[in-house]
Amino acid sequence: MATVTYLEAIRQALWEEMERDERVFMLGQDIGTYGGAFRVTAGFLEKFGPQRIVDTPISESAMIGCAIGASMMGMLPVVEMQFIDFISCAFNQIINFAAPNRYRWGQPVPIVVRGPSGGNVHGSAFHSQNPESYFHHTPGLKIVAPGTVADAYGLLKAAIRDPNPVLYFEHKYLYRRIKEELPEAPEAPEAPEDSGLVPIGKARLAREGRDLSVITYGAMLHVALEAAGRLEADGIDLEVLDLRTLKPLDQEAILATVRKTSRVIVLTEEQITGSVAGEVAARIAQHAFEWLDGPVHRLCCPDTPVPFSPTLEEAYLPNVDKLVAQVRELASY
Amino acid sequence: MAKQTKSWGPLHPQAAEQETERLAKTGLPRERQLDLYRFMKLNRMAEERLGNLYRQGKVVGGLYSSRGQEATSVGSAYALEPQDVVGPLIRNLGTMFVRGVQPREVMMQYMAKSDSPTGGKDANTHFGDLSRGLVAPISMLGAVIPVMVGIALAGQRQGKDLVTLTYIGDGGTSTGDFHEGLNLAAVLNVPFVLIVENNGWAYSTPTSRQMRIRDIATRAAAYGIPGEVVDGNDVLAVYEATKRAVERARRGGGPSLIEAKTFRMKGHAEHDDAGYVPKEQFEVWKKKDPIERFERHLLGNGLATEDELRAIVAEIDTGLNAEVDFALASPMPPPERAFEGVYEPAPEGVSV
Repeated sequence: MATVTYLEAIRQALWEEMERDERVFMLGQDIGTYGGAFRVTAGFLEKFGPQRIVDTPISESAMIGCAIGASMMGMLPVVEMQFIDFISCAFNQIINFAAPNRYRWGQPVPIVVRGPSGGNVHGSAFHSQNPESYFHHTPGLKIVAPGTVADAYGLLKAAIRDPNPVLYFEHKYLYRRIKEELPEAPEAPEAPEDSGLVPIGKARLAREGRDLSVITYGAMLHVALEAAGRLEADGIDLEVLDLRTLKPLDQEAILATVRKTSRVIVLTEEQITGSVAGEVAARIAQHAFEWLDGPVHRLCCPDTPVPFSPTLEEAYLPNVDKLVAQVRELASY
Repeated sequence: MAKQTKSWGPLHPQAAEQETERLAKTGLPRERQLDLYRFMKLNRMAEERLGNLYRQGKVVGGLYSSRGQEATSVGSAYALEPQDVVGPLIRNLGTMFVRGVQPREVMMQYMAKSDSPTGGKDANTHFGDLSRGLVAPISMLGAVIPVMVGIALAGQRQGKDLVTLTYIGDGGTSTGDFHEGLNLAAVLNVPFVLIVENNGWAYSTPTSRQMRIRDIATRAAAYGIPGEVVDGNDVLAVYEATKRAVERARRGGGPSLIEAKTFRMKGHAEHDDAGYVPKEQFEVWKKKDPIERFERHLLGNGLATEDELRAIVAEIDTGLNAEVDFALASPMPPPERAFEGVYEPAPEGVSV
């Protein structure tokens, strides 16, 4: 067993999928010689060559359009957004070309678009965003957002093997901050190909508890777990559900934890209005209303752009203190 | 809408002054030239049938005509090989026919029928079929360009000997995807051909309001690729120019841009009477009608007799009767279909 970082898990998943299946190739800016802005693809050009590690001009729309076309021909493109904020430049290709294509004329579009999302690294307005809710609205897409090393690895492999367009939002705050053991790459040809694969569409109970549920994903998972530790002293036992996949939502798992604890906070790093958290809250209100002992809370970012200065960004982002305060408030409701 | 009368002069005046009778030189044998004629005539006659269906209230939504532009679609598509992949736009019905699409498929699409290629899920020419080398475009112009670049890239990687081709209008060249897509094609040096159909009008906006350049083909220089202006109403010229570009691409010479100067003889869609287009422009271009010019060429050069052309037309006409009947007989799609087919089922054990 090897201990790897979140970033190394992404890198390992890409590497193994490219080794396993020659249809997999990558498009991105500075992913070749430079090895990517975060070094995710360092060494890939040497190993897989320029035919499969394709450096592109600064043209997010054309990069994703190009991936869509290649996928129609049976290839499995993985497009790196240098920062996920720039995915907005390719909005039309994702929303209008990739997402409805199978529905419109039967042609699947098995592409993966991945890139670093999220804040808390003082990246300011255009290198800190969480754009998932723009895409959450769109039928035909799948969206995953891993919060652990194992999920970063397993969800990326699942995304590459999924025959639909999958947006993979990795969290740059976690890149080098968390480490876990991963299964060694399967060496023998008879080794199970799905070793470590994480199914898309399944949430994971990250912590079992009795009193109150926090439903979250990405870097906020770690905020929830830390808050849970702190609240133990108060005798409040938090349950933490890691969504892992945002689209399709694991509604069963969401409702199950609500039925168990009857109090719920949806914790995400999005601006609050029109957020994925809002959708989770709406489903709880509609399908588990009679199980609730208090209002469904959302702890998200305020409706402002992501601010730059550390004091401002700290005020903007949810954190352990803010969560603990909300938990206490809801627990005493 | 206020009518513009005298303010726009004839478009492409140079072309208008040209001798319109003489068509481009070609080595195409007689039989294949008659093929071109058949496809252009089918293009126009099928659209006339669609016009009838529209006036009978059978068409759901808008109807888009390529009247006057048939030579551009047919001549370019005819230069492709079976393994090539093409992304036709709304005014490229002729391209679809050359690729083997049957008129009934398009009629059922326009009438939103159950047996249409998309089963009623999408409209008009918005359907694709990779087994026939056809990609469905989206309405956002330019978007299909990078997609065709990706298909060309995949073809290259997979060792397939294929070239991709798509179209854009004069208005569509103002989009970001036109630039991004063409530039990416050039940088990757993929086998791709872009036909710019300069038909003078983007809905009601004249070319002069889209750009300050006279020839869109000059834009090719910005990408370091060959650009060529061709008479879009000369089916042989379009065929020959496309053939050169396709062959160059197939040899590894990279992408090309061809500007076909032509004219939209109707409004943007059937509801639009094109009152904003000065009448003199229609008059100039009516004389350059691509089908009539080609008929004069075929007759004048002894490639066909009037009886032979009449026989072709009669055959198309009879065939279209059957196509219309078939399309009309198809039911509307069952409502539950609206909820089906958003996701491709995942392989076992991978996904939901």
